[in-house]
Amino acid sequence: MGTVAIHADGLNKWFGEGEARTNALKDVHLDTTFGEMVYIVGPSGSGKTTLLSVLSGILRPDSGTVLCEGADLWKLSNDELATFRLSKIGFVFQDYHLFPRLTTAENVAIPLILRRTDWDKALIEAAKYLEIVGLKGRANLPPVKLSGGEQQRVAIARAIISQPDILIMDEPTASLDGDTGRSIVAFVKEKFLNANRCILIVTHDARINEFATRILHMEDGRLSNEERHQNE
Amino acid sequence: MFGILRLAYKLLVNDKAKFTALLIGITFAVFLMTEITAMFAGVLNRASATVINIGARIWVMDPSVQTVANTIGMPDYALDAVRSMKGVKFAVPLFSGGALVKLQDGAYQSVNVIGLDDTSLFGRPQMEQGQIESIYAEGAFLVVDDSEFPKLGNPKIGTVFELNDHRGVVTGIAKVATSALFGVPSLYTTYYRAIQYIPNPRYTISYLLIEPKNESDIPSIQKQVQALGYLALTREQFETKISNFYMFQTSLGMNILIMTIVSFVVGLSISGQTFYTFILENLEKFGALKAIGTKNRELVLMILFQATFTSLAGYGLGIGLCTLATALAKMRLPDYASRITYGNLGLALLMVVIIAAMSSYIGVRKVLRIEPFDIFRG
Repeated sequence: MGTVAIHADGLNKWFGEGEARTNALKDVHLDTTFGEMVYIVGPSGSGKTTLLSVLSGILRPDSGTVLCEGADLWKLSNDELATFRLSKIGFVFQDYHLFPRLTTAENVAIPLILRRTDWDKALIEAAKYLEIVGLKGRANLPPVKLSGGEQQRVAIARAIISQPDILIMDEPTASLDGDTGRSIVAFVKEKFLNANRCILIVTHDARINEFATRILHMEDGRLSNEERHQNE
Repeated sequence: MFGILRLAYKLLVNDKAKFTALLIGITFAVFLMTEITAMFAGVLNRASATVINIGARIWVMDPSVQTVANTIGMPDYALDAVRSMKGVKFAVPLFSGGALVKLQDGAYQSVNVIGLDDTSLFGRPQMEQGQIESIYAEGAFLVVDDSEFPKLGNPKIGTVFELNDHRGVVTGIAKVATSALFGVPSLYTTYYRAIQYIPNPRYTISYLLIEPKNESDIPSIQKQVQALGYLALTREQFETKISNFYMFQTSLGMNILIMTIVSFVVGLSISGQTFYTFILENLEKFGALKAIGTKNRELVLMILFQATFTSLAGYGLGIGLCTLATALAKMRLPDYASRITYGNLGLALLMVVIIAAMSSYIGVRKVLRIEPFDIFRG
């Protein structure tokens, strides 16, 4: 068993008020270790995205703790949390959220620019990562000139360029056809995952299950059961 | 920090349509605000034309005088009293009044007659044609070659006219620093000829012009003149008094203020709305930046930079456009009254800063409210 990457204990999160008040997370406990690629699956509204947001320091829980690499996330100030996310966590959003007015390389370089890396050096590094994700020669194109799969690769390059320890991917295959989706996840696992890194993926897509180390099922705000795969 | 600002700059200028709309909005607003206030400054400057052109250090007048054009006569003994005051180097009388001139073609034309002290000719204009001494000739008048000059039929030296049944003759053509406000030609003559030619009430001195021995004597002279029952103002004070009259005691100031506010509102509406749309279109991206690890203050800095950059660029373009328009207008319309002063520039800059602040405030509020969680939720 590897070192613990994320330890979550007794997480509860409520939304709304009065009769509309719903409990999105119900006493969730979770441990992930480095070297794992963990999927969180479940029906819509089950709390997957809420859990991912709480674990990554984006959404404050009403109760419970999240220890990420030993740091108690929700005892950090907002600025400390932002710095923590920038240095330790990479995000791949479902809709990519690439800036259409920037070039592909500039989009990829954003985390480095936010970390005060020199602009030109950041762009050189971004070009390298674009090459890693198979987009050599696309550095100066705007994202809108790329296909969906290529845009997803750009988003992945942006997420991993600052060498985060934890990669968070939200529905990474939702907008992709089956083959492209599988190749993207396989690519991330091959290029990014090692003994010092952990990947958390929220997905509905059963076609990519073969790449998971563990699959956690979520239903009605609870982590209900767990499948372990041969990849563990 | 430079990288974040460069990122903000690229996000702004790469959206060419919105950036252009923002620039046009602010440029247009600055152009209007500067043009309107510059015209007002030009009008105020012309309202003080006599004060500027004569150039006396201290002007003594009846306390009820509001503008240089509306004079109230002072008695001769006031001149004697002022001349004997401590700190006065010299004092001379000045006549300023309106009259009707009958031209050679029989047409009548209103004029403003300035009567200079016969001995010193203090406040005399610069001669373009003829000699200043010619002002002592029989019925001599100097005509000012300004934008109103053609109204006298473009007179030459020797041109004869009638003024209140007196024969007048042009003995020189002069130029002055500033044309007058009311669109009438100016004639210079001697004080005594002026009061002979133009019917007057009992007291004939329009103003007493004082040159103090030292600048430090001015307050003392003003007190002594006040004790005499008159008002002594420095050139600057008199110009301010005239400006204040037009600004606060006529509808001119209020109308200009309203037009300036309208320009400001137009600029604010265009740029505020465009900037807001720009922020809205990028809101999710800003949320993604937040999720990645951008601090709130860095996002605020980006938005403030974008608003400031656009505003200053628009300000520069607006001022440039206004300068160009004024220069072109003055080439075609010599009596076009417009002056771009530091005050105009400062006011336009202040308005632009307010536009930038209000536009960015709306954007900042939106961006600070967006939760990265909303980006995950989609």
